[in-house]
Amino acid sequence: MSKYLVNKFLYTVDRDPALVERYREDPRATVAWWEAARAGVLLGCAGGEDSTWTRFEDAEREALATHDHPALFALGAHPFLTLTLFIALFERDHEGLGYQKQYAERLAHFALPYPDIAT
Amino acid sequence: MAELVAVIASTHHPFYYRASRATGEHRPPFADAWVAKIEKFRETLTRARPDVLVMVGSDHFHQLWLDNMPQFLVGKAPFYDANFYNEEREFGLPRMLLTGHEELSAHVLRQGLDAGFDLAFSNELRIDHSITCPIITLRPEVDLPIVPVYTNIFAPPLPRPRRFVQLGRALREMVESWPSDQRVAVIGTGHLSLELGGPRQFGDHGPDPEFDRRAVEWIANGDIEGCLSEVTLDSLHRPGNATHGFMDFMLMMGVAGEGVRADHVDTLDLFHTMEAYFTWYPKGADA
Repeated sequence: MSKYLVNKFLYTVDRDPALVERYREDPRATVAWWEAARAGVLLGCAGGEDSTWTRFEDAEREALATHDHPALFALGAHPFLTLTLFIALFERDHEGLGYQKQYAERLAHFALPYPDIAT
Repeated sequence: MAELVAVIASTHHPFYYRASRATGEHRPPFADAWVAKIEKFRETLTRARPDVLVMVGSDHFHQLWLDNMPQFLVGKAPFYDANFYNEEREFGLPRMLLTGHEELSAHVLRQGLDAGFDLAFSNELRIDHSITCPIITLRPEVDLPIVPVYTNIFAPPLPRPRRFVQLGRALREMVESWPSDQRVAVIGTGHLSLELGGPRQFGDHGPDPEFDRRAVEWIANGDIEGCLSEVTLDSLHRPGNATHGFMDFMLMMGVAGEGVRADHVDTLDLFHTMEAYFTWYPKGADA
C-alpha cells in the first residue's frame, strides 16, 4: 500500500491550477509523468534531495489514471483530498450540487466501517 | 493579568461568504435567515470588546502535510496571509491578511510546553478557512491581532478527544496567566456530524441529526464528562467521516469549563450540515 503517495498526488495536483487541467484532460499521461518526475519530491527540501523509493501500486496507478474515485475510496485515499480535487475537475460539468450528489451515489455501496485512511 | 472576555465555538461553513453576498437569482433561499443568525452571533463578540483573538482551527491539507504533520501547532508571526487557491476556486473565498500577536503566541508556546503540551510552532503560516470563516462571520473588519492554534482532526493518528479538552483547559489558563491588560476572546471552529467524500455527503441535512442534537446539548450545557463518556476516536466515524472536527468543539468546551452553560446558543439546519453557534462570557456579558 502506498496510500501516502496517492494522497500526495491528489494534494500536489489540487494545489496547482495548471496540473488540475492537465489531469482532467489526460489523466493517464499525467499520472505517469507525475510518478516519474514528481513522486519523490520532498516538499520541504531543495531539489536534488528527492526520495528514491516512492512508487504507486498497480491498483492505485490505475484508479488515478481512470479518475475512479470509488476505487480511490476503497484503497483508503483521504476522502477530503479526493473530493476537493474531483470537484475541481468535474463540478463545472454539472448544475448546482449535482456533481457532489452524483459523487455520493457512486459511493452508495460502501457501509461502515469505511476503508481505513490512516497512512 | 489578561482578561478572558469571551469564549466562542462555531461551525465554519465555507459557503457562507458567497451565500451572504449573493443577490437576485443567485441568492440561496436560506441566505437571509443565515445572515440574520450570523449578525446576532457577531454581536456576542462585539459586546465583549476584545483586543486580541486566539483562533482555534484545523488546516485542511493546505500548508500542513503528511510529511511533517503536527498534532497541535501555534502560529507565531507578525502577519498571516490567508486562504488558498483551492478555497478561492471552490468557495469564492477572498485572499486576506491578518495581523499576528507575537507576544501572546510566545506566551502560549512557553506556557504550553511547560504544561506538558509539546506544541509545534510556525513563523510563516498561511491561514485557511477554518480560521478565516469565523473572522468573516464574527469580525469582518479584520482589525484585531490573532494567535492561530491549529489542531489535527484530519490525518490519523489523531490525539484523543480528552486531549483536546485538556488543551482547551490549558489554553484558558495560559490566557488568564498572561501578564497583560488586554481583553482576549478565544474562538474555535469545528463541525457537528459531517461527511465529505463519502456516500452520505451533501444530503438534505447533516448525516446524523441525532448526533447533532446531542452534541448541541453537550456544548450548550458544558457537559464535558457526558460528552467524553460517549465520544471516542472510533465513535466519531459513525455520525460522518469528517466528524472528528467535533473535537475542536470539545477543545472549546475545555476553554469554557465543565458544567458552564453557554450564554448564546443558536443553530441552523442547512443542507448537508447543521450550523451551530455558542458564546460564553466567563466574566459576565458586560464585564
